[in-house]
Order: sequence, then C-alpha cells, then structure tokens
Amino acid sequence: MPEQKIRVLVAKPGLDGHDRGAKIIARALRDAGMEVIYTGLRQTPEQIVNAALQEDADAVGLSILSGAHMHLFPRIMQLIHENHMEDVLVFAGGIIPDKDIPELKEIGIAEIFPPGSSLEEIVKFVQDRVKKDRVLRSS
Amino acid sequence: MKALDKDLPGPQATERTFTTISGFPIKELYTEEDLAGFDPQRDLGEPGEFPYTRGVYRNMYRGRLWTMRQFAGFGAAEDTNLRFKYLLERGQTGLSVAFDYPTLFGYDSDHPLSYGEVGRCGVAIDSLADMEALFHGIRLDQVTTSMTTNAPAAIIWAMYLVTAEKQGANWKDLSGTIQNDILKEYIAQKTYIFPPRPSMRIIMDILHFATANVPRWNTISISGYHIREAGSTAIQELAFTLRDGIEYVEHGVRAGLDVDAFAPRLSFFFDIHNDFFEEIAKLRAARRIWARVMQERFGARNPRSLLCRIHSQTAGVSLTAQQPYNNVVRVAIQALAAVLGGTQSLHTNSLDETLALPTEQSVTLALRTQQIIAYESGVPNTADPLGGSYFVETLTNEMENSCREYFKRIDEMGGMIEAIERGYPQREIQDASYQFARALDRKEKIIVGVNEFVMEEEPPMDILVIDDSVFHSQCAKLKKLRAGRDNARVEACLAQLQRAADGTDNLMSPILECVRSYATLGEMCDALRSVFGEYREPLFD
Repeated sequence: MPEQKIRVLVAKPGLDGHDRGAKIIARALRDAGMEVIYTGLRQTPEQIVNAALQEDADAVGLSILSGAHMHLFPRIMQLIHENHMEDVLVFAGGIIPDKDIPELKEIGIAEIFPPGSSLEEIVKFVQDRVKKDRVLRSS
Repeated sequence: MKALDKDLPGPQATERTFTTISGFPIKELYTEEDLAGFDPQRDLGEPGEFPYTRGVYRNMYRGRLWTMRQFAGFGAAEDTNLRFKYLLERGQTGLSVAFDYPTLFGYDSDHPLSYGEVGRCGVAIDSLADMEALFHGIRLDQVTTSMTTNAPAAIIWAMYLVTAEKQGANWKDLSGTIQNDILKEYIAQKTYIFPPRPSMRIIMDILHFATANVPRWNTISISGYHIREAGSTAIQELAFTLRDGIEYVEHGVRAGLDVDAFAPRLSFFFDIHNDFFEEIAKLRAARRIWARVMQERFGARNPRSLLCRIHSQTAGVSLTAQQPYNNVVRVAIQALAAVLGGTQSLHTNSLDETLALPTEQSVTLALRTQQIIAYESGVPNTADPLGGSYFVETLTNEMENSCREYFKRIDEMGGMIEAIERGYPQREIQDASYQFARALDRKEKIIVGVNEFVMEEEPPMDILVIDDSVFHSQCAKLKKLRAGRDNARVEACLAQLQRAADGTDNLMSPILECVRSYATLGEMCDALRSVFGEYREPLFD
C-alpha cells in the first residue's frame, strides 16, 4: 500500500493580509508531495480548527504578521484540545518576537519558524514529525 | 597575494549568471552600443520637462529637499499624537498615519474580529473623537498628512476634513494624501472590504468631491509598495502600479471628469529594494512611462497631469530579523537609491521593524539616515546625477519595454479589474515570490545573516510592546460615545448614507454628515456593506 500523503492545512488567523509567506510555504509543501489546503485570509480560530477537522489534517501551519498571535494562538490551541485533536501537528511562522516563543511552545505549538527560515528546513520538519507521529500511533 | 587572488573574480566567476534581485540579466559592461537608438532629447529631456525621466522639477533638491515622512501609528490616538509631535520636533516635515487593522477593515474596536488587533499595527480610530485626539495641537492647515487608508478612505478622509473644520481651517488650504488605491489591495495587500466595482465608484466620488472642494489634496497614491512587498519583481511592481493608475484615469474620464482637472492630484508610491541600480532605473522609467501614457492614451494637456510624483519607502521585506543592525546599512543604501531616483518624499524603515513597530530610538536613526544623505552626502546638489550612464539608461529603457509588455497583456484581458478577477497579477506575484524563496534556499541569491554569514546566538533587542490597555480603553470610549451622542441623528445620517449608496448620489456629503454626528467607522461601513456586499478573495492556485 502506498504511504498515505501528508495533509497540511495552511491557515491565516488575524486580520493582516500578508500572505506571501503562507503561500510560499503552501507551495513548498505541495512540491514536496504533501496535500495542502490553504484557508485564505482572516480566518477565526473556530474556522481554522473546523477546517482542520473537516480536512482530516495531519498538520496545521499558522501564519500571522499582525501581532495578535498571543491572543489568537491560545484560542486555536484551546479549540484543538476541546476537539481532542492533540495528534495534529501545529507549527507557526510570521512576525513572532523571541520572547513569545516559550509560551507558545508551552501551549502546544510544536515549532515557530521566524522570517528567513529555509523552505527545506520547514518541509523536513513537517515530514519527519508527521511520520514519527504516525509510527507512534500505529504501534 | 596568492591567498587574495583566490577571492578575486576569475574565469569561474564569469560562468555564473549575474542578475538583479528581480532576476533581470546584467551584462559585464555597458557601452554606447547598448544605447543605439536612444535619443537623449526624446528619452531624457531636461529635469522638469517631458518626458520627466530626469525628475519632475527643474532644479530638483536644490529647490526643495524631498519630504521626510515617517509612517507612524500605534495604540490609541493619544499615543500616536505624542509620536507625531516627537517626530515634528526632530525635524520631520510631514505626517504619515498608520491605522490598525480593525480601522483598515471598517470594524470598531469592540467588534469580535478586532480581538487582539486593536492599536497593534497602527492607531485605532473609531470615530471623529479619535481623529480629533490624533491631531490635537497640530494645525492641519500647517502640515501635510498622508493617510494609509484604502477601503474606508472616504470615511477616514471625512473625519480628517471635519477635524480641520473644527480647528477653523479652510478645506482649500489642506494638503495631504489618502492612499485610496483599492486595486492594489485586491492584488497584494488584501485590506479590501467591498467588491471592486462599488469600490471604484467610491473612489470616483472622492475624485469629484476633492476636485471641487479640497483642490490641493492628493486623492490617490497609486501604490507599488505592497505589490513588491507581496513578492513581485521590480518590473511587476512598476507595471501593475502604472496599469492601476491607467485604470483610475480611465474610470475618472468615463465618470465625466476632465482628465486635466484630476490627474494632477494623482501620486505614486514605490518600494525601494536592495538592488541599487534597478531601483533607480525603476523610478526614472516610471516618470517617463507615466508622462507618455498620459499623453498617448488620455491626451492630457496640463503638464501637471503628466508628472509621476513619487513617495518612496525602503523595503520592509528586505529587512531581516537576524542580525537586525545590518538593517541600518540596507536602509541607507535603499534611501540613497530613492534619492538618486528622484523621489519627492521618503520613509526610511527602522532596524527593528521585522520584529515589531519601531521604538523612538530606532525611528530617530531612520530619520537621521535621510538627514545625512540630505545634508552630508552632496547627492542632492545636482539633478539626476546618474543620467547618461550607459548602464542606468539601458536598465531604464528595458524597464519601460517590459512594463509596456505587461500593459499589452492586461489590456488584452479587458483592463485591470478583469485581470484581477482572473487572478492574473496575483498569480504573477505568487510565482515570483516562490522563485525568489527557492533561489535563497539554493543560495543563488544571498541575504547577509540569513543564508550566509549566519551567527548562532544573537543578543535580544528591546522592542516596542503594545499592551491590551488600548483595547480596553477604546471599548470604554465607544461605550461612552454611543451613550452620549444624539442617536436619533446618527440613525438618520446612517439611513441617508445607505440610500445614497443604493442610488448614484456622491457619497462624500452623507459620509461627512455621519462623521459630524459621531457615527462610528464600523456603523458607516456596515451601512455600506449592506448595499455593496463584501469581497471574498477567490483562491488562485
């Protein structure tokens, strides 16, 4: 049986329209053989978590540059827990100051990729982590 | 010597391809041959003369330096008012307002979608009361103000006009700019509210109103900045921006305006990226193309209609979070390119802007960068110092040719609105930004401190923090406002606005009445949303 394709939801919470990063990541993940769903702009936490559920996503990539991450990410993670979706890998990027990173990791965001992160690094991270999670779940 | 030789470009180096940051091929040497067919009389002219390649004014910066205009806005109106006064005291010569996301989208601070966004990326403006606080102690007939507002531009501008009126100023003496360029919102920045066609109608209403009542106001700042920041090449930025300009002029003419009555109040806004000569050529080409287009396509006769007056901003997208002090150097080089390109006003980014809004110290350094170029470098002493350079003139020519190819393609689609609806400029930008990201991954392009000369540990920087107190105070202000105003009058004004939107009357008068009644931005935008609907971006793969 061929290995099931990794499904990733790329989502933009917050009101900002800076979608360059989100679209580049979506395309890089797709070029690496993953199935990528991009939500489009200005999604509420509820919309994002619903989409992840509907799409049966293995991973959710959040991109935000408006500075509202410390309000919106905790809400998203809360909804992830309420829906028992802890097996979904959540990673994020955008304008996120270093000082906020420990708290975001604490609430369950697996990795924060600051501006200038290489595409290769992000692709590899998603591939490795999702595969590892799948092995863990099937064993 | 041997060790040094290794680093000098030798035979291997010539096998590499040399391109601008936009991927434009560059030759080893440019000579007279590259300018075969170039006619200095026709293609350059004198500064201040057609086709304005060398600048829009005869003596350029000798007559007047460019306006040093730092974009600023955060927190509540009172916070930004203090920053404005700080900048004016330090020699800044014009104001430029950044609004927060709820304001840009026409939501009040207490709207659910405003959660976490109030006062964060700009100043929060909910009603006339906030606008009055924003300019408290600043005479609006004594400064020029640029306001980066697009979808709700008519409303924000009306608030500014009423604030000026309350200060006792005459609208005829007001000067400034509203960005009011909705086309690039669909293309790049994505802060739209209404669909393209009603949005164009609002813009035409603004043009009519300004031409009759606020004649010194710059009604549209046709912007390439956001197109470039979204990842376009320099040529795409140039082409899409000027083609947006053509679209506005076409609509204005179709709406019955005399081209020479409103075209002089159009201005342009470009991004100044890292590639020094490409950026200089871009500004020179922009002026020549615009002058020619205004004559060829629209038969403009007023010389002021032909002028591509430019505001520039150094490229936010070029700043790096890694080794942020390197950004000071990038900004200085970019600012120099803007000046050599003949800009009319300039914003220099602060070194910490990839991390947060700038601190007072970093914004002062950014302003000082402009002042050093202005007063120490000697660059402003003569107009268009690079005019006649084989390289710069060739690049300028090539920019114009590539730009005209884009015009042709967009014309064939039926115009810019049709091109946007088909996702054409959006897709071009997406492709370019992806190619650039790949080139960085492969190290075909180098960014110092990011994919080369990387350092592991970096000392943290102090950055500006916006706390939640702004959100709470804005919500409290709104509650008080709604309780204290004449709500029957507000309702009547909003109903009148809705009727005007449903019909064909100019929207500015009913908007001004709403503003005077202290209707909120969100209430006015809701009235318009109920008639025009909201735009949802189709996803283009």
